[in-house]
Amino acid sequence: MKKLSSALAAGALALSGAAIAADSSDPIVIPIHNWSSQIVMSHAVGQMLEEMGNSVEFITTDSQAVYESVRLGDVTFELEVWEGAFGASFREALEKGGLHDAGDHDAVTREDWWYPMWTKEACPGLPSWEALNDCAELFATAETGGKGRYLDGPVDWLKHGKERVEALGMDFVVINAGSAAALWAEIGSAEKDKRPVVVFNWTPNFAEAVWPGEFVEFPEWEDGCDKDPAKGPNPDALYDCGNPASGYLKKAAWDGMKDKWPAAYKLLTEISFTNPQIAEMAKFVDTDEMEPEEAASAWLEANEDVWKPWVEASM
Amino acid sequence: MMTEQAASNRKQVALALAVAAVAIAIIKLFTPLVDLRLPEGQGLLPWADALDSFFNFIKGDIQNERFGLMHITRWISEGPLEFLLDTTANLMYGKNRWPKIGPVPWPAIVASVGVLAYWLGGWRLTFLALGTLLWTALIGQWDLAMQTLSVLVVAAPIAFFIGLLLGIASWKSSRVERVLKPILAVLQTLPFFTYLLPAVIFFKVGPTAGAVATIVYAMPPMILMTALGLKSVSSEVVDAGYMSGSSRWQMLTRVYLPSARTEILVGLNQVIMLCLAMVVLTAFIGMPGLGAKLLAMMNSFKIGRSFEIGVTIVLLAVMLDRLSKAWVMKQPEHFEKSTPWWKKHWALLTGLTLFIGFIGIAQLSADAPHYTLTEGKKQGNVLQYMWGISDEVHRTQGLSQGKSIDKAIKAFLEIDSVQATTNWIRGFLIVDVLIPFRNFLLSLPVPTIVLLVAAAGYLVGGLRSALVAGGFFVMVAVSGWWDRSVITLYTVVSAVTLAMIIGLPLAIWAARGAAPPLTLKSGVGPFLSGLAGWIFTKIPLALLAAVVAGSYHFFSGQSETMNFLAPQSVSLYLFVGVFLLLCFLVRNWRRDSVMLAIVDTAQTFPSFVYLIPAIMLFGINDVAVIFSILIFTLVPLLRYTIEGLRGVPPEMTEAADMSGASRMQKLFNVQLPLALPTIAIGFNQAIMFAFFMVIIAAFIGTQDLGQELQRTLAGTDLGKNFVLGICVALMALTFDHIIMRWADQRKAALGLN
Repeated sequence: MKKLSSALAAGALALSGAAIAADSSDPIVIPIHNWSSQIVMSHAVGQMLEEMGNSVEFITTDSQAVYESVRLGDVTFELEVWEGAFGASFREALEKGGLHDAGDHDAVTREDWWYPMWTKEACPGLPSWEALNDCAELFATAETGGKGRYLDGPVDWLKHGKERVEALGMDFVVINAGSAAALWAEIGSAEKDKRPVVVFNWTPNFAEAVWPGEFVEFPEWEDGCDKDPAKGPNPDALYDCGNPASGYLKKAAWDGMKDKWPAAYKLLTEISFTNPQIAEMAKFVDTDEMEPEEAASAWLEANEDVWKPWVEASM
Repeated sequence: MMTEQAASNRKQVALALAVAAVAIAIIKLFTPLVDLRLPEGQGLLPWADALDSFFNFIKGDIQNERFGLMHITRWISEGPLEFLLDTTANLMYGKNRWPKIGPVPWPAIVASVGVLAYWLGGWRLTFLALGTLLWTALIGQWDLAMQTLSVLVVAAPIAFFIGLLLGIASWKSSRVERVLKPILAVLQTLPFFTYLLPAVIFFKVGPTAGAVATIVYAMPPMILMTALGLKSVSSEVVDAGYMSGSSRWQMLTRVYLPSARTEILVGLNQVIMLCLAMVVLTAFIGMPGLGAKLLAMMNSFKIGRSFEIGVTIVLLAVMLDRLSKAWVMKQPEHFEKSTPWWKKHWALLTGLTLFIGFIGIAQLSADAPHYTLTEGKKQGNVLQYMWGISDEVHRTQGLSQGKSIDKAIKAFLEIDSVQATTNWIRGFLIVDVLIPFRNFLLSLPVPTIVLLVAAAGYLVGGLRSALVAGGFFVMVAVSGWWDRSVITLYTVVSAVTLAMIIGLPLAIWAARGAAPPLTLKSGVGPFLSGLAGWIFTKIPLALLAAVVAGSYHFFSGQSETMNFLAPQSVSLYLFVGVFLLLCFLVRNWRRDSVMLAIVDTAQTFPSFVYLIPAIMLFGINDVAVIFSILIFTLVPLLRYTIEGLRGVPPEMTEAADMSGASRMQKLFNVQLPLALPTIAIGFNQAIMFAFFMVIIAAFIGTQDLGQELQRTLAGTDLGKNFVLGICVALMALTFDHIIMRWADQRKAALGLN
């Protein structure tokens, strides 16, 4: 079999690599979820690890339940811990023990109310939230009565749209979409007749390339806005600010990784991607229709100066 | 048999309960005291916390080395189960594990399955198997399909054998049956989100958890069907077995199991179908392959490619279904004594030869350049392209038309008349029907609903059923999730009602058989109504022809120069041609089998693919949710109604004909009443499916138990997750109990079975 020889070669390589780095020859298990940048990034890091002589395996999992698996060591690390979307699950797993914070990426994340550009034509005062509130009627639908409709992310992303609407006294009804796919379908169906919509969105994300748009500017985030009513414009309410405009994007590692694969662990802590790099990875898959593995190879080939130093520092 | 007296007693008690229910609802208008509603999220007792500590206790703790259930399950999943999965994974898609010889080249698999299909079922089956596998390879989904199948070839046999064993056990011992029955009922009604966390914690995320979840989900029908089959073995066969001196083991393997073959076959078929139904859902817990890809495609708004994956899943399901059926139906072949061995084993030999031959070809061509399809086309050398893909085929080399399908679906959804229609449906249903209905249900005090359910229980099953039904709802009420449960109930009831309104007439039409030939002999009236009927039956064909012509019109670029179906346009000729061809092709088809084929396809098509079109048509609201449930619930309704009407004894309909009943009279006074028990089973199935789908519909966006269940996934909240899951199961079981009781009684009263 053609694969046989290459498998043997890989095995030999793994053995020799293991001798130098003293990494275990067990496969490192990398979780992949269902959005492109995470899949490509995981494959890119996987290929770096293979370069170092480790064996790597990928497992598809749910992006919330994954922290339980990292904690138990069933998967070795998680490359994209978004502050907004997964912060809560991450913190909870952190408390239970078994995983730890393996450092931040350079990239910052932002998750907030967002609208596609055509909305601005109907409501020119945007992106200010007060202007949005004045146009609330534009966003009304059959089921919301006279109030505007804001489509929030799925409940398990633990956004606080409802609380914010109340805290700021906005004329909006918050509806939770059930999945990212549902959000895209909503924007997609509004696209044809340029119906104004305001939905939950985040960056970096493939959607920016498909539908240009902007985030709504809410009162700026202050630390403690989610815990201390005094922060933010409304003295009696929590969540009366926008989300942090620069949230973290972390890596999380299983506690046992450090001892079992020391070199790979070193690489994980070295790794730090920037927003443009993440956007480029996602673009390969979403726009250029590459497969994630190919996209990862293509990205690695084009950016050797970025990742080679990380690998060298970890060997 | 129930006496008249008892029946009227039951009616009176049920009526009294219903009156009490209404009275409480009226009293509530004046004083909200009778409402007895617990604040949302606060049960009468801290159930969730109690369950959490219970789980923690039995789970054990791997980190702190406290022994518990988890050690056993982990041993199974990381030991034998993982070994099996790794082996198939290596052979089928080359995962780097023992025996490290895979992947087997795809043409070798296609050829040997083709031979197997021929041996099992002749040319038709071969055609189906080859078509399915070639589609999978050429569309560029071979690797994905193999990843999925590498888990299913382990999970399905395990589900089959465990199911068979438990089925035999519950037939042998009534005690086992009594224990198993409620467990199975709960397992079948527990929402999928409740399986998810335990599977991950106890069996390790990845193919192992996927396999376990699939096994648990696919097994119950196997158990039920096995027990049913064994029970109905006729006593003559059993006596004959004893008379020929069979031992107990021989009785089981030579007498009982072969006699129960039909039921066991149905069970196996259900196992395979349910395994494939789980392909997408288990992707959340690490099942690799088609499902995972489908979810990724959905999340980057690639409708076309998720549609293609859906088609692959349907084709695979149909292929495996037919192959397994043919395998069980196959009679042993007998040969003359002098037949040479190669003639006896021709299929095996041909299969092996082709298998080895294609592996050889793959070896030889391994270093050949892999052209993509467009490159191959440019070079004009098909053979070279074929040579290049004879060992492995990748997606870039495939024929995937994802982008064009994207365009076509979006173009369809953007047609003004489509949008106007859906907007109208959306507005009407939401404002005038759904929201008032939901608010009405929510406004009813808790005791009213409990008493109404108990009244229904009393009517069909006396005190015991009343206590079961009422008791289940009381448990829901004290769980602290009453409002969300009522919203779940409202969605299910709305969807099933809509499914009845659409499904029953459709099924009656399908079961009616061909219309009499058109003649003017019996007058102008019948001729005109016959003509109208003829036109009506041709509408679907015309629509199909329009789709074909429309696609051509759209993709050929004609849409820029000419209107669709304009005189002299190619699309018009295409439309007429395809329409006539279709009329010719289906001239002998029976309506009911066509309808059932459509229904089967709709059922196996992954529900996730409907999600985006449903939202684009109706927006994120209850209409989209109900629409996506509706597609699912129509399946059992249509199937059982058609079967019920078909099963009406012919002497009954003949008697009706002789006494001069009109078609309508025959339908309403003879056929429907006799078919009603079977239809009720279909109705029950529809409700069970609706309870399953309403939770999945959380992915569209709901405000019911499903949404709350989704929320628990973020915190890995096992206790709360379980409480919510049980609420869904309890409501589903209440319906199940009442409807099945009723159907049994009707059957007995009508003297059926």
